[in-house]
Amino acid sequence: MINFELSENDRKVIEGLRAQALVARQYARYYDENEHEFPPDELEEAKNFPSLSELLEGRTDQDTPISVLGMLIVAAQTWGDYSVRMRRERGGLGNAALRAAGTPEQIEKWQGLILAMAITEPGCGSDPSMVQMSAVLDGDEWVLNGEKIFVTTGCRADGVIVWATLDKSAGRAGIKSFLVEKGTPGFVVTHKEKKLGIRADDTAAYVFKDCRIPRENLIGLQEEIPKHSSGGFRNVMKTFNMTRPGVAAIGIGMAEAALDFTRDHLRDAGIEIEYGGGIHGASAVVERFRRLEALCEAAQLTIWRAAWLSGEGQPNNMEASVCKAKAGAAVREITQGCIEILGPMGVSRDHLLEKWFRDVRITDIYEGTGEIQRMIIARGLFDYTRAELN
Amino acid sequence: MISFKLTDEQEMVRDAMRDFAAEALRPIGRKCDEESKLSEATLAQIWELGLVSTQLPEDFGGAGEPRSPITQALVLEELAWGDATLALAAVAPAAFAFAIADHGTDEQKRQYLPLFCGASYHAASLAAIEPGPTFDVLRPNTVAEPHPRGFVLCGAKCLVPMADRASHFLVVAQSRDGLDAFIVPRDAKGLQISEPEKNLGLRALPTAGLALDRVEVAASDRLGGESGSDLRRLLAGSRTALAAAMVGVARAAVEYAVPYAKDRVAFGQAIAQKQGIAFKVADMHIETEASRWLVWKAACQLELGLDATRSAHFARSYAAEQCLAVTDAGIQVLGGHGFVREHPVEMWYRNARTLGVLEGTLAV
Repeated sequence: MINFELSENDRKVIEGLRAQALVARQYARYYDENEHEFPPDELEEAKNFPSLSELLEGRTDQDTPISVLGMLIVAAQTWGDYSVRMRRERGGLGNAALRAAGTPEQIEKWQGLILAMAITEPGCGSDPSMVQMSAVLDGDEWVLNGEKIFVTTGCRADGVIVWATLDKSAGRAGIKSFLVEKGTPGFVVTHKEKKLGIRADDTAAYVFKDCRIPRENLIGLQEEIPKHSSGGFRNVMKTFNMTRPGVAAIGIGMAEAALDFTRDHLRDAGIEIEYGGGIHGASAVVERFRRLEALCEAAQLTIWRAAWLSGEGQPNNMEASVCKAKAGAAVREITQGCIEILGPMGVSRDHLLEKWFRDVRITDIYEGTGEIQRMIIARGLFDYTRAELN
Repeated sequence: MISFKLTDEQEMVRDAMRDFAAEALRPIGRKCDEESKLSEATLAQIWELGLVSTQLPEDFGGAGEPRSPITQALVLEELAWGDATLALAAVAPAAFAFAIADHGTDEQKRQYLPLFCGASYHAASLAAIEPGPTFDVLRPNTVAEPHPRGFVLCGAKCLVPMADRASHFLVVAQSRDGLDAFIVPRDAKGLQISEPEKNLGLRALPTAGLALDRVEVAASDRLGGESGSDLRRLLAGSRTALAAAMVGVARAAVEYAVPYAKDRVAFGQAIAQKQGIAFKVADMHIETEASRWLVWKAACQLELGLDATRSAHFARSYAAEQCLAVTDAGIQVLGGHGFVREHPVEMWYRNARTLGVLEGTLAV
């Protein structure tokens, strides 16, 4: 049956994580202002908190399926702070790509590593088919040459899944992904980006110069370039159907933090938010706040929808884009609006609201901008191929 | 637990309503709008579906099926997809009947529920809205003063659906106990029903204003009798229902814009292949979906017996805004063709704007 109420067990998980998130929040400002320090994996004060797996014990089929609960878990963590997450989950986008496209042996071999994902280059972002980085087979080794930027967790990762082309003239079909471990000669982390937000999250730039890796580091092990399809490209893109709702949830956690902060300060000022009445009996501030709350709920529900479909094993290509586009825009409007409501308190670095405003901005960009999501949605609606709508 | 799973029965009902809306409502909606007149045959046809009576208790002539706000929301989306005006007209009696079923005394149920269990359409309406720009449904200007035999009602209502034929009105008023509703028969002394209103949209829906000039009602005519009723819950149900209808209208606009944009060629390609149009249609879809999940959330809380005030508030305010934006964009996609009455989009745009100001017209 349709249901949107959390079970006792669900609540236990989310409340447990939020308690820990409050500890992380105490460090949020420090790691924002000290961009080049890494937050620790575990904070001393949080040592005795239950782990996620402990919180997840004893779940039944009366509880929210893990596909959807995962979205609430992400949001509960970023509600504390985006970058300072205790007992940081092992693995990044690269791990998701490995699981989606690797052979069983490859998954077995590398799943213990924290893997970043390197797609974007100085000259290509939203259109990954323009990848210039090259991979050439030389004996039993691939030789990689090229540059990658905007690699999330690129500094702290143990390795990276990197996209390179075997043949630029083959377009998308020529693009393959490779695993490169840190320390491989010819693979250099050149710098960490300075950013508007999510400053404590390391975003790296890589250079590969005659970097040699074993032949079996080709993810999926398919060396030939298919003539009539985009080859493994489609499989790799499928990764995003799983991760996009998660990225949307990252933003929602911070938007909820902004709404909670604003609600608390309005209450301190004697302004209670009332529901059920029309706009005529409400002040402009109350009405503005209610609209931002409704927007947050709407965006959150689109995320749950996409995640739920995925958990049910149903296609969610469009829904993943719907929630990413919706939440990416909503969290910007929500944090912008909260600052407007609180005024000077909103822009002061004595509080975290201005930081949430900066941090959420990335969620409408990475893993596909809002425009890319709309392209995918429109292709779905019109039943168009990539060639017909781009 | 969070789940978007419809029961098998809900899927069946939704599919049946989808077919019915396409066959019985969509083809006749425009004609009704042009003539500002309902199709009585269609009204009778919808009544036969038993959307009201099946969910009323067997003791009072109904089929005794469990009330499901979720199922009702699904039904309303589909019917409004076909035609919002006909959907509202057909289901408006539920706002009265469900209010009695949920909040009425045994005596009120005995007296009124059988009216809605007959073979032919029976009209009775909830009168919530008041004229004037400062109207707030939680703070009506219509008042109910105590009187030796009950209450005296004074005030004015407007946009009361099916007012041309309703046998009874459930009038929302401020009493000394707070917010209350009172059953007022059509021929009550002091009650004046205005000429039919002429509105922007939902033109075929017969609405009228009520002038209540010291209308006396018995104490037993207060909804819920001595203990009164939970009007907030009743209004939350009505808002969820209206929001569900708005989702149906929005979806109609999306589904109309998609094939049009694929067919219409400009500068050598279908306008759907241009980002300016494609992104607009994508946004129409995004907001229709988002609105629907808000409706489902409110309906789910109502179904579980939880306080749905906040979620119904969000469902209605969000769906109203987005239904308008979606139909507005629908017109833009069609360009000049969206503006002419040959296509239904301008009607949906007017209906969307009108739906957004209603209160208490429907129920889930």
